[in-house]
Amino acid sequence: MTRYSALSLIRQGFAGHNGWPRVWRDATPRSGYDIVIIGGGGHGLATAYYLARNHGLTNIAVLEKGGLGGGNVGRNTTIVRSNYLLDENAAFYEHGMKLWTRLSRDLNFNVMLSQRGVLNLAHTDAQMEAFARRGNAMRLNGIDAELLDVAAVQQAAPLLDTSPDARFPIVGGLIQPRAGTARHDAVAWGYARAADALGVDIIQNCEVTAIRRDRSGAVLGVETTRGLIGAEKIGLCVAGHTSQLAAMVDLPLPLESHLLQAMVTEPVKPCLDTVVTSGAAHCYISQTDKGELVFGGDLDGYPSFAQRGETPRIEHICASAVALFPAFSRLRLMRTWGGVVDMSMDGSPIIDRTPVPGLYLNGGWNYGGFKATPAAGWCFAHTIAHDAPHPLVRPFALDRFARGATLDEKGAGPTPALH
Amino acid sequence: MMLIPCPWCGPRPRVEFTYGGPDPSTHPRPADTAPLDVWTRYVYERDNPKGEARELWRHGAGCRQWFVVERDTVTHAVAASEPLPGVEDPR
Repeated sequence: MTRYSALSLIRQGFAGHNGWPRVWRDATPRSGYDIVIIGGGGHGLATAYYLARNHGLTNIAVLEKGGLGGGNVGRNTTIVRSNYLLDENAAFYEHGMKLWTRLSRDLNFNVMLSQRGVLNLAHTDAQMEAFARRGNAMRLNGIDAELLDVAAVQQAAPLLDTSPDARFPIVGGLIQPRAGTARHDAVAWGYARAADALGVDIIQNCEVTAIRRDRSGAVLGVETTRGLIGAEKIGLCVAGHTSQLAAMVDLPLPLESHLLQAMVTEPVKPCLDTVVTSGAAHCYISQTDKGELVFGGDLDGYPSFAQRGETPRIEHICASAVALFPAFSRLRLMRTWGGVVDMSMDGSPIIDRTPVPGLYLNGGWNYGGFKATPAAGWCFAHTIAHDAPHPLVRPFALDRFARGATLDEKGAGPTPALH
Repeated sequence: MMLIPCPWCGPRPRVEFTYGGPDPSTHPRPADTAPLDVWTRYVYERDNPKGEARELWRHGAGCRQWFVVERDTVTHAVAASEPLPGVEDPR
């Protein structure tokens, strides 16, 4: 692997940028591996990278049914944060936040982390009290949080309509200053390049069609569109299709796949240097380095595997964005898209072994898979390498539903569309 | 947008309806005395079908009735709808 540095950039600059090598090998599948990771998105690539780097396991293949990073890692709204109320979530996501801050150095790939803050808007006094509670919980867990009054909110995002006549009057907010955004594609590419350099085979256009098991039920390998590939251990990192993969071994899961949309406007000059979210308006907004405003919102509201959404949701999100930021009303949307997310029954993820020996599960990421990429990869790699869950993900066990130990950050109950 | 045929009001746009989980005939409620693991499966586990699905929907902006919709979760094509068993015509 050619190390990226200012020097290599200058050298290539003089050579007309014609000498950059391939970033990762286009591997063809071998007959077998110690570990096969299904899913070449952020989580799968991160898992492979940490298996190789932290645990010295390099006889690994990552299988991707399409092109690398074409799923949810390329479809999210790029937000990274750890502003959680529950201790278990706070510990896990804060581990992730710390990994984010050094990820570009670790991977020798610029993931363009921008710690611009994530600002949650409060529209009622009750919401302010809930934010004060969450902010205090975060600080007790060593996570930065600041409660803002209206004047401070106005200062953080001057284009917000903070007048009392606003459609959603703003009474304050909660900001996590260390949170922000990262370049989502670069995260996939960076992990792919670093994993490849450690010897991991990344195999694209290779869809898993069945999971082979021996008489005792333990995994033997996977049947794919590119032939049979043996594996002693298999890790699932397939987001919206987790239920379909688990069905290959008759493993029912507490998951329902839903569609989450996002969209960008035409690019404009810098006008918003933080991430603004409003639960009441069902909308969150940030500005990319290119100048596009990224809008996200709620799920379409019913199970879907379509990877494309309906117009009423787009209209609702845009109406909310314009209500919060009246100045955005003249902008035109350039693109909209959708991703299939595996909504769990308590809004929290699952990282665990499964009842099938050799099969490991990483799924149920709801809206929040992207920010979890480094921490999920780190902890899932540990879980696979040691055949025992990493201490940070013990609360994300698959059997927590049966034990009544659900992690319901929002208190919505087993109604996935409401998390 | 999907057009959902309400058994009582006829075809109406999707936004008038709310999704309410799997069809009870494919995901039956256990007896009150059923063991805990049966209840756990009922409350938390889902078939999550990719393709043809039978689902419970409610016409909140119309007759407010719950009914069953046969729908494809990939193409979003709606094949049919039917009242829940034993429900009388609310009209």
